Amino acid sequence: MAVKTYLQAISDGLREEMRRDGRVFLIGEDIGVYGGAFKVTQGFQAEFGEDRVIDSPLSETAITGACTGAALMGMRPVCEMQFSDFVSCAFDHLVTVAAKQHYRVGTPVPIVVRLPSGGGFSGGPFHSQNPEGFFAHCPGLKIVCPATPSDAKGLLIQAIRDPNPVLYFEHKHLYRRIKGEVPEGEHAVEFGKARMHQEGTDLSIITYGAMVYTAEEAAKAVSERDGTSVEIVDLRTVTPWDKQAVLDSVAKTSKVIVLHEDTHTSGFGAEIAATIAEEAFESLDAPVTRLTAPDTPVPFSPPLEKAFLPQVDDVVAAIDKLSAY
Amino acid sequence: MAVAREATPVESAEDVRAADLDREDLLQIYRNMLITRGIEERGHILYRQGKIPGSFYTGRGNEGAAVGVATAMRPDDVGTPVQRDMGVHVTRGTPPWRIFAQYMGRADGLAAGKDGNVHMADIRLGLLAMVSHLPAMMPVAVGCALSFQLRKQSRVAVAWSGDGAMARGDAHEAMNLAGVRRLPVVFIVDNNQYAYSTPSTLEYGCEHLADRAAGYGFDGVVVDGTDILTVYREAHAAIEKARAGGGPTLLELVTLRMEGHAVHDDAFYVPRELMETWARKDPIERYRRWLKEQALLDEQQEDEIAVEVKKLLNEAMRKAEESPLPEPGELLEGVYADPEELDTPHHR
Repeated sequence: MAVKTYLQAISDGLREEMRRDGRVFLIGEDIGVYGGAFKVTQGFQAEFGEDRVIDSPLSETAITGACTGAALMGMRPVCEMQFSDFVSCAFDHLVTVAAKQHYRVGTPVPIVVRLPSGGGFSGGPFHSQNPEGFFAHCPGLKIVCPATPSDAKGLLIQAIRDPNPVLYFEHKHLYRRIKGEVPEGEHAVEFGKARMHQEGTDLSIITYGAMVYTAEEAAKAVSERDGTSVEIVDLRTVTPWDKQAVLDSVAKTSKVIVLHEDTHTSGFGAEIAATIAEEAFESLDAPVTRLTAPDTPVPFSPPLEKAFLPQVDDVVAAIDKLSAY
Repeated sequence: MAVAREATPVESAEDVRAADLDREDLLQIYRNMLITRGIEERGHILYRQGKIPGSFYTGRGNEGAAVGVATAMRPDDVGTPVQRDMGVHVTRGTPPWRIFAQYMGRADGLAAGKDGNVHMADIRLGLLAMVSHLPAMMPVAVGCALSFQLRKQSRVAVAWSGDGAMARGDAHEAMNLAGVRRLPVVFIVDNNQYAYSTPSTLEYGCEHLADRAAGYGFDGVVVDGTDILTVYREAHAAIEKARAGGGPTLLELVTLRMEGHAVHDDAFYVPRELMETWARKDPIERYRRWLKEQALLDEQQEDEIAVEVKKLLNEAMRKAEESPLPEPGELLEGVYADPEELDTPHHR
């Protein structure tokens, strides 16, 4: 298998689906001539033409709304929010129309919204957010947060083939930093099946997206220091989420940290923690720990942003506290 | 300063022939208007009988506007009618008994009890169901038109909104995108002068809503929405222009909302003189008078059609009342679609 960056894997997944299925088209801001703000669609307009790689006006509601209309007419649209933060401008369409369409009148809405998300680059309050929690509260949407290049491709292909509106969160900090083996050609990864990032016996970290690597570094540090064995479960998809994989891991280790980059209160970690409390209470040897960003907007200046984002040291401290319980 | 063209009224049978309507078409329009009003009048009865949960909305005064536009659409065209556009559902062939079942939250309603009142549509008839957040379906209609353009299909999307809804950003984004890409879409504004209790003077500052079309690079036309033949002619011209690659048109169909926003609202805030003026322009009365003047309808035929419509609707009410309420277990069904649902003709 070829080794690719996370970004190349996304690009490959999109390209392969567009070659396979003439109904797939792309629409978004600066995705055509410019190839997208992060160059995910570089060269696409040359290969597929202006009709299938559409540079749209700056109109998130019209972009997502048009995707729904085209999907209802039989197309398989994939749109890009230039930054996931801007999905707030499309919130109404996604939760009011797209999410409820099938439930209330039985017509599927097979659209994919690509959302470059996450912080770490001094993007400030409007170019750094992880807004999956808002949407996880809305029945009818699916939410995907790949961590590896292989999953970035496989989950994107699955998202395009899914008959529902799918929000595909691609973490900007993984784009060029993370490389990995990616299967060539046909490669779809089922939703709702977590990936065991690494097995361990002393405690579990339940996470997704870029925090998988923060967890990995922390796990490596404590393992090298004193042999603490940390299990890392990568959820891959937030809606649906693999409850069983989480419960199985908790049953095995009896101690658990729920880790995400989104802010704390009502973040998706709260749902995971509550489920563990409800369904795995007897397995627990310590309280469930949530490790998240604090309840603030994402700050701009590097020391402030570093303090905002969960760091490896924060995870190590949480592991130590839980180990000592 | 007005920019939009104001449509001159259709006068003679000659004008009508030029619009491709034969006598049978003209009588079908009449039937559809009567069915539309009849459904909503019976809806009031059902509501008073306590058979309709929630609220109940009608489009009295808008029958000509809705039936006129829908008559100008071809079978392959699609539309997103809103809450005053029962005539669109009727004209496209939605069976009245299913509309009554919809009102009553029955299993045979178009939303099978999952959504109520006018939040309904049969996609097989080329209609997409509205949501309350008007005009949220305008960008969706634009997406339908985008699909037609990409696939080089000879189809047109019709996007409805109201005078109040035109104040929202969705309307701007939808019309702007449509203008940029010259999409085959026609925007219809049901301007009935009131958004709930708010008069249109508090909703927009331009003279006509259709004036805005110029800002998006396409034509706007102001039409008397109580004059069904003029509505038809202008809608037909706009739809065929869009089909031929001429891009969007914004048609503002001016009427007065002849009842409250919904059944609980007596519209006390609408001046009585205004109501009386527009009552004299009732679209069904106007059209009936015209048909008679043109010798297209005589007393006997008028009675026959009235009896036929009454029979249809009474039968429909009976059938709807026989429809079961949904099973509580249905609550959890249908939040997500299954892959095989994409195998329908509409999703290929």
